Order: sequence, then structure tokens, then C-alpha cells
Amino acid sequence: MKAIYILCLRQLKRYVRSPARIIGSLGQPLLFLVALGFGFRSMFARAGGGNYINFLSPGIISMAILFNAVFSGIEIIWDRQFGFLKETLVAPVSRLEIVFGRMLGGAIVAMAQGTVVLLICVIAGFRIHNSLMVPLAILFMFLIALLFTGIGTVFGSVLQDMQGFPLIINFLIMPLFFFSGAIFSADGLPKALQFALRLNPLSYGVDGLRGACSSVFAYGMATDLIVVTILTGILLGVGSYFFSKIQL
Amino acid sequence: MGEMIAVHDLVKNYGEFCAVNHISFTVAEGKIFGFLGPNGAGKTTTIKMLTTVLDPTSGKILVNGHDPTRDQKQVRRSFGIVFQDPSLDDELTAQENMDLHGILYGVPHAERVKRIDMLVDFVGLGDRKKDLVKTYSGGMKRRLEVARALLHNPRILFLDEPTIGLDPQTRNHIWSYIQQLSKEEGVTVFFTTHYMDEADRVAGDVAVIDHGKIVAQGAPADLKERTKCANLEDAFIALTGHAIREEEANAMDRMRMMGRAWRGGGRR
Repeated sequence: MKAIYILCLRQLKRYVRSPARIIGSLGQPLLFLVALGFGFRSMFARAGGGNYINFLSPGIISMAILFNAVFSGIEIIWDRQFGFLKETLVAPVSRLEIVFGRMLGGAIVAMAQGTVVLLICVIAGFRIHNSLMVPLAILFMFLIALLFTGIGTVFGSVLQDMQGFPLIINFLIMPLFFFSGAIFSADGLPKALQFALRLNPLSYGVDGLRGACSSVFAYGMATDLIVVTILTGILLGVGSYFFSKIQL
Repeated sequence: MGEMIAVHDLVKNYGEFCAVNHISFTVAEGKIFGFLGPNGAGKTTTIKMLTTVLDPTSGKILVNGHDPTRDQKQVRRSFGIVFQDPSLDDELTAQENMDLHGILYGVPHAERVKRIDMLVDFVGLGDRKKDLVKTYSGGMKRRLEVARALLHNPRILFLDEPTIGLDPQTRNHIWSYIQQLSKEEGVTVFFTTHYMDEADRVAGDVAVIDHGKIVAQGAPADLKERTKCANLEDAFIALTGHAIREEEANAMDRMRMMGRAWRGGGRR
């Protein structure tokens, strides 16, 4: 248990000590929030969608969490290149403890980054409908963070170097984000695209977070919660499995 | 005196390639043992098997009386290791790196605090322990790694080319720490190096490995006598030949190379 704690703490320390990373990873969500949020606001309202900032913000928060969580998982590659991974792998603790510590730390870092984006969204005019639902929103943020830290851990364990990283961002993370309902709703989409949204785990995370913030769920709160929880459990398992197979 | 490391008929194959080919040796408790060989001879592969991160194809290993394939945790608690490449977290301070190691190895808090102070002073980093490791020079990092490897009171210290890329002053420093340690605390030291003068000076016994086989074993003086050479470097060359070896490819590289050849194309 202490191993989990110290490895988790290590990631938090690294995060806090790297203001460049904190600020740098705010850039993209901020850009999306301002460009899309203010760009489409009047169009969205005229089409009868309501307040676009309120619609978009949960998507942007999810995006920040998604990117940071995947990145936290992929940090394994750095630790492999800079050697620190070896130090943990020859210690008399199980791989499971090591990977749990890493994933927990990564998820908390992603959550922290998501919270910063949330505050920025509030400044931009985002309002939470029912403050009693805030704990549910936090739960969804944490589940999204864990889920994608798990996915990042899979790639971090399998890839030997950073060359595959742009591939993952462009062919996995970006599509996951765009087809999650983060920036537009599933209503009125072509059937095939609606189906794609249904298959995307992030859709349920975004919908859950949006539902917790606006009290309106597209897929239903229970569905969102169950799907995201189960997938998180599976991904944590798969991530741990691949991590345990790392050869030095 | 008991045997700290006992290796019997150890083999490691990667497919067709035999990295370690039926080697046997023992290292007595408290001894400093040099494991020498050209690039790609099987040194690092052997260390990996001794330190539980690689399973042998066949053969028997006992480290501090435990089998690395079965009593992994026991073996891991028995040794400290300084890897060939750095393995510190640059974004943490020396103190934090040490503390993290102590917690991973289950060193109780009071003892941890005491030993960390003692060890960073021992390697001459006492006044820099609150600095981030990324501000350290190569030699300072190495010294910190030696200190860290000793934190949990290991019975054995593995050093995989601990002085590579360091200036003579730092090399001298590191070896004098290690010799002092071996004398005062009875820690068994197993090291590899390419600097034959170092091996000659500090090792009680050496083994020379080439192409996965041990070609000579004994005290440096015996090897020199047997090969009729004035120094260990000449003896080493007499034993292993003049041919220059391929760049050291580690086990993973070999696997990848084989995989590529097998699939008939590059992966990327």
C-alpha cells in the first residue's frame, strides 16, 4: 500500500513542479472553448439548442482530462527511456502495486487539470444547474480520468519509444474526442455517426458529466455511470496486465 | 564463509541466439567479484537473470540462498543495484529519490531518515540533498545511485559498469566507497566494467565471459600469470582476442531484430 502511495505522490510532485506542463496543456482546451464556444454560441441559440457554453463546457473539461490522462499513462515510456522504470521494477513490490500507484497518480493529475479547466469555463459563463449534483460531476471526472489513464498505460507499456505517440493522438485520441458528443449533440446526426458515438466510451463520460452539470442526460444517468464504471474497471485491468508484461 | 551468489550451468537463449551458454561460478560472501567481457558477451544478460528481471532458459541460480525465479521478493530484498544507465528521477530531489527507494523497500521511517542522512554524507552529497537531481553532474548522479542502492542494507551490491563515462577522480571516489563498504559491512560486490585497471585493483576474483561462455576465472594475479601478461588488460585481450565486437545489443534489441527478420519487414 505504501508503494502505491509513494508512486502516486511522485506523479503529483512532478506535476506541481512543471508549470510549463500545467499551462501548456491548458492551451488546447482553452482554444476550443473560446473558438467554438463563442464562435457557435449565437448559431446554437438560434437553432434552439440553448446556451452553448453550458453545453460545450463539460465536453471541454472531458477533453482536458482525456489528454492529460492518456499522457500520464504514456509517461511510462519516458520513465523507461530515462531509466526510472527499472528502479521500480526491481524493487520488492508487486507490479500491480506499481501500476496502481502510477494510474492513481495519473488520474489525480488529470483531474486537477480538469478542475482548472472547469474554473476557466465558469469564468467564460458556464453554470452548473444544480449544485447538489457537483459530487456526481466530480465522480464522472474521476472515472474519465481513470479510464483514460488505463488506456495510456496500455500504450505506454507496449510502445518502446515516443515515435508512436502522434499516431495515438491523431488516430485514437482526437477521434475519441470529436465523436464523443463533446462539441455537438448526437441528435440529428447520420445513423452511422450516432452509432459510432454510442460505441465511444468517452460519450458516456461526457454525457454523464454534462448531465450532472445540466441535470439532463441523453443516455440516462444510470447507463452512463454503469458503462463508464465497467469500462474503467476493464481498462485498469488491461493496463495492469500490459504493464506486468514489460520486459527490461 | 558462505556463497552469496551461486550459478550452476546457466543458459539464456533468445530463439537461435545463445546469449549465455552454460556458465557456472560462485561468489563468496564479502568478496568483490569482477565480471568482465567484451561488448555483447552476456554480462548484462547474466546480471538481469541474477536480479530477477529475466528468466533463465535453464540452469540454477541462488542469490543469498534464494532462487530468483521463485523467491523473487526475497532475492530483491537481498541486493542493491546500480544499473548501466541512470535510473534516478530527475524531477525529484536526491532526498526524495532516496525516500522513494526506502519506502519501496519497506525501510521503516526512523531508520530511513537516519540511513539517508548517513549515506548521502558518505558519498559526499550531504549539502546537495535538497536539490533536484537534474541539477547534478554525471558523477554526482552515480554517487547518489550507489548511496541509494545501499539504503535498504542489501547483502549484495550489483554494479553494471558503474564508472562508465566518469572522470578518474570520480571513478577513484566511487571505488574507494565501495571498497570501504565491502570491508566495513561485509557487503558482497558483483560488478562489470571495461576498465581492466579498476578490476585489477579492486576485485578479489574475476571471471571473463566471451560469446556467452566463461573463458577464465580466478584472481587477477592468476589470470596474468596464466596468460604471461604484465597487466590485466593484456590478459583480457589474450583471452578474448583482438576482434572488435558489434555494438552492444541488449536482449530486447535482439528480440526486435529477430522479429523484424522473421516478419520480413520493418515495424514502423
